[in-house]
Amino acid sequence: MTKFGRHDERSLIDLMTESSIRALEHAGATEKSVDAVYAASMLAGELNNQTAIASALVDQLALFPAAAERLENGPAAGASAIKNAYCGIACGMYDTVLVTGGEKMRHVRAETITDYVATMTNMEEEYVHGITLPSLAGMLARIYMERYGVTREDLSRVAVKNHLNGSKNPYAHIQQPISLEGIYGSPEAEVNNPVIAEPLRMYDCCPVTDGAASVLLCASEKAKEYTDTPISIAGIGHATDIMAVQDRKDPAVLEALRISAVQAFKMAKMTPQDMNLAELHDAFTILEIVESEDAGFFKKGTGHVALRDGVTSLGGKLPINMSGGLKARGHPVGATGVSQVVELVWQLRGEADKRQVKGARRAFSCNMGGFGNNVVSLVLERS
Amino acid sequence: MSEDVESILAVDWDIPWKEYPPKLVLLPSGERMVIREARREEVPKLLQAIRPLLTVEKDFYDIVAARLYGEVLGWYRHRARNEFVLVGIVDGKLAGISNNRAVDQKTHVSLHTIALKRGARAGAHMFAAKQENSMENLGAEEILVTAESPIGFRRLISQWCEPRPGVQHELGGAKTWVITRDIYKKVKPQQVFGSRPVPDDLLKRSATFEIAPLDWVPRK
Repeated sequence: MTKFGRHDERSLIDLMTESSIRALEHAGATEKSVDAVYAASMLAGELNNQTAIASALVDQLALFPAAAERLENGPAAGASAIKNAYCGIACGMYDTVLVTGGEKMRHVRAETITDYVATMTNMEEEYVHGITLPSLAGMLARIYMERYGVTREDLSRVAVKNHLNGSKNPYAHIQQPISLEGIYGSPEAEVNNPVIAEPLRMYDCCPVTDGAASVLLCASEKAKEYTDTPISIAGIGHATDIMAVQDRKDPAVLEALRISAVQAFKMAKMTPQDMNLAELHDAFTILEIVESEDAGFFKKGTGHVALRDGVTSLGGKLPINMSGGLKARGHPVGATGVSQVVELVWQLRGEADKRQVKGARRAFSCNMGGFGNNVVSLVLERS
Repeated sequence: MSEDVESILAVDWDIPWKEYPPKLVLLPSGERMVIREARREEVPKLLQAIRPLLTVEKDFYDIVAARLYGEVLGWYRHRARNEFVLVGIVDGKLAGISNNRAVDQKTHVSLHTIALKRGARAGAHMFAAKQENSMENLGAEEILVTAESPIGFRRLISQWCEPRPGVQHELGGAKTWVITRDIYKKVKPQQVFGSRPVPDDLLKRSATFEIAPLDWVPRK
């Protein structure tokens, strides 16, 4: 993957090409053919004037005559691309597929990005009324505060944890640790951590990020041609839910995540308790807490208790977002799901250096499109 | 004719001046920033810190740096009347610079704020400190403000000021906003923070400063 951050001097295709080449070099595959290239990007055309991004990537990499297509599933584009690559290999059509997710967003005004991202919501019931993703997250946080006693301090603890993890990740957008006192509780926190969408503040929200990430998938029987430590995709789940949050049975439940996680664990013949770590989709701090429950790791309403007890920190029983998460590693939308898998592969191979989870063999990721209405879950295992 | 021309040209403070009492602010990282008034003899170092930013187009650093450079130099060479410069220092390193100028006892002009330590809310605290100095320490009734960068406008002007049309800001006649005493009183509880006195060890550590490498500035 590229370093996530602000890349004023580089184009989207530059970023995606760089991460692709790194992945191919890492796999020793630069002289080998690739059967297909799946490119994941939500806003390549709108923000970068590059539609047909998959074709552009094949062109840059000279990977002709590989099949090439772009997948768009909002912020779940990355994991969707990995899922489809898996399917392409599993059905026997391809032996190797390069998946690259990328986004370049920092050159656009924040208000414009917020608006584009808001187009993921229900047009008639949400978007036209001014709903944005931060506001949906704010409302979810408010429900959780009232129903389960989650506090602003809990939300701040997610941010502190993930910034600490990000500080150990050389690819993270933000590598600056923060302190609980600096963003919550001190008088200066009013300036340091301004309100974005009550009760969410600046440090409860992920940054806007440029970046790209790539993985090379291959058929199991060919894995040893590329690596001595193959990592298997043991389980995949993909589910949807009602788009407009207010129409869901319970707006505090991410049903699509629940179903997709069950599917993934079933396919992998594993349970949440078998996982050594997880990469969750913490576009907002409240989402890490909610997802940790709805993915099956903790009982509903207790995710924040596990956080407080250090269960989800490095050294805890289930470290979450060792990469820094979307919060600190960053969220270049189309790249996120792929970067989650990149992190987990590094962890499962023991290559995660200062943020390494000791003895990691099995890991989970969830990548959300929309506001929890389209979720792809993955279970990875070190073979 | 033998006249001391310098005594004709040189200006300083022609209204009552009091030194800004140093304060300590907590940054999001948990680091503590000492904000104090700069000393004239520190200006060559301040100019050295500003110089690399003169060609950084990102976030309008170039225009802010260029104008701040002239203002700080003007103060140093006694060609700027009633100007004060504040510095923010974190662990002995320069983190931010801000400056204002008093037109007269009643009206001050907000000049510039520059954060050398990015992503730490240093700029917000430096901006607040200079308005605190103008209003509370030096007794201004109003401060005329303008903005050059969109970030400066979004994060600072829009939180603090109201428009003051028909008044030309001395920074190139840009659009003018104003912080009145009433506005300051309303905004202060949400924007002006810090503790005094600064502990002796921190004050001593912040008596001088180093210039940290600006690792966020793109290399050419």
